[in-house]
Amino acid sequence: MAAPAAPATAGRIALRHRLADRGMDRTLLLLVPAVVFIVALFIYPFVYGLQLSFQPQPGSETVQRYGSGPFADYHAFFADSYLRNTIWTTLKLSLPAGLFNVIASVPIAYRMRGKFRGKRTITTILVVPITLGTVLTAEGLLAFMGPTGWLNRLLIDVGIVDHPVRFTHNYWGVLFSLIISGFPFAFLLTLSYLSGIDPTLERAAATLGAGWWQRFRFITLPLLAPGLAITFCLTFVLAFSVFPSAVMVGDPSGTTRVISIAAFHAAFEQYDYSMASAIAMIMGAVELIVVGLVLGWRASLYRGASGGKG
Amino acid sequence: MSGSKISELRLDHVSRGFGEVLALDGLDLTIEGGEFVALLGPSGCGKSTALNCLAGLLPLTGGSITLDGRRIDTLPPEQRGFGMVFQNYALFPHMSVRANIGFGLKMAKVGKAEAQRRVDEAVRLVQLGDHAAKFPGQLSGGQQQRVAIARAIVLEPALVLMDEPLSNLDAKLRLEMRTEIRRIHQTLGLTTVYVTHDQEEALSLADRLVLLREGKVQQVGPPETVYTEPANRFVAGFMGYRNELELPVSPGSGTAVGDKTVVLGDLTGTRREDLGETAVAAIRPEDFTVGDGPNAMEVDVEVVEFQGREQAVQARTAGGDELHLRVQARLAPGDRVTVSVPPERVLVFAADSPAAPEEVA
Repeated sequence: MAAPAAPATAGRIALRHRLADRGMDRTLLLLVPAVVFIVALFIYPFVYGLQLSFQPQPGSETVQRYGSGPFADYHAFFADSYLRNTIWTTLKLSLPAGLFNVIASVPIAYRMRGKFRGKRTITTILVVPITLGTVLTAEGLLAFMGPTGWLNRLLIDVGIVDHPVRFTHNYWGVLFSLIISGFPFAFLLTLSYLSGIDPTLERAAATLGAGWWQRFRFITLPLLAPGLAITFCLTFVLAFSVFPSAVMVGDPSGTTRVISIAAFHAAFEQYDYSMASAIAMIMGAVELIVVGLVLGWRASLYRGASGGKG
Repeated sequence: MSGSKISELRLDHVSRGFGEVLALDGLDLTIEGGEFVALLGPSGCGKSTALNCLAGLLPLTGGSITLDGRRIDTLPPEQRGFGMVFQNYALFPHMSVRANIGFGLKMAKVGKAEAQRRVDEAVRLVQLGDHAAKFPGQLSGGQQQRVAIARAIVLEPALVLMDEPLSNLDAKLRLEMRTEIRRIHQTLGLTTVYVTHDQEEALSLADRLVLLREGKVQQVGPPETVYTEPANRFVAGFMGYRNELELPVSPGSGTAVGDKTVVLGDLTGTRREDLGETAVAAIRPEDFTVGDGPNAMEVDVEVVEFQGREQAVQARTAGGDELHLRVQARLAPGDRVTVSVPPERVLVFAADSPAAPEEVA
């Protein structure tokens, strides 16, 4: 009785071992929640939106003007300069915001690495804006930088300007708000990339005659650049999807009519979900192009170990 | 021999404190051009602090450093022109071996052709010909160490600083690189300060040793002197005097015979400093011989380790003291033998002078 059972057991064990060799064992089950989450909240809506964008809504303006072919909504978007220009409007906000956040975070993170008293306090202050929602940030900006806000009162009292300067309800208001909400991300990422660079490398460079700028230029910056590329991509994508602040502190019908406003307009004012989906897809494509260019540049950099002890 | 570029580096009462603690307490040292000086001591003795102060990576809290009469301790590291080899090599991971070695030349704005020639020369000197185009990540530990050395010496610096450069290598490579460092020093004659906790490394490499303990100098001298005539109990322990026998000094029995020879109970030794109430006799394991002779004592063999030509033996005296011996005679645990040691190899120190830490004793 036992004799025939033995080979079967051996076979089962062998199979399990063979699977384990390829990294397949029961710990894979830990991935289930993540897979469900991604499929339900990302892949399904994305695919749904993608197919919706190829089915122009009957009776919509698109169908009347460009027919009901699968690319009619895309055709409509690029034919209408009012829609098409939202790409540039958004890029004009998100590229400078992303660049500024990365460039500004480098010197601050550079100064903040290592240990010193009060580091935790300063980090907390720098990171607090993450916890404020965009709406709160926008409200704050209106109160602080509006025509009767503290900033303008100060500028007038000091005598720098005669009339209140317009900081809000225009391009600058949105840019400020993107910087306030994007900088903490950029700073935290840059700080962690910088902390990963072995500080003895700079000391070695110093003993070889490199001054602080040369140490930064030839040692730290090249080792940090791949991390900065990733940081830029993340803050850029965050800024590209700007919506509440473009409405609240911007000029949503003019200089800050960003692409997400166009999508919102199509979906909830014209009830043209196909057009809204097409705009969302275009939005994604533009982001992918920018991210792809940055990552392509990053691939040409040194990306190996950057020291660290041992 | 190209010889050294400096004639004298003076450290006057160099001190460095971290908060309340003085890591380096008034180091006075004059290094002559071309000399190879080793700073030796257990971890936390201030040797790395001293090196970092010399390199300019740590500011001094007191004292001064002068190079040929010019005060340099106020200069930042990039203006001192010293080469430094770091414990973890600190090679620039994004640069090839050639670019690493040539970095200093680039900073010094040496012309392309000249820089190329000097990098080639340095690559040849450290025998890295085949690897010059590789990146540090593609090299073994020993090769990385060669790059680090080449990078530090390519500028022919006034002073080469080495911070435990061999401690990350395995035993065989360590011996190989030790010879290499000695060879490079003989070839170029660059003044070198070498930090290590390994007395063997220091003894074999240096022209002069500086022994440090808790930031204070214990002894300065050539290897031979430090090895045979340690200044105090700490240095003796560090230099391999593993046996320390505590002996009372009574006014009657502890009389000095002649100038240096003292008799303490059954033991006759050589006095190295003024003694208090108790003395410590420090004896190197290899100074014992099996058989009758001066300072003969009977011991019971407890543990025997085979070490090739010799045996390392742990034995116990009749008085219960543990003794470490290295003898050629073949002994076995349980043997009772008589061992002896000449009085000039029994160094007697005051017992209250600090001992070397356990791990190196």
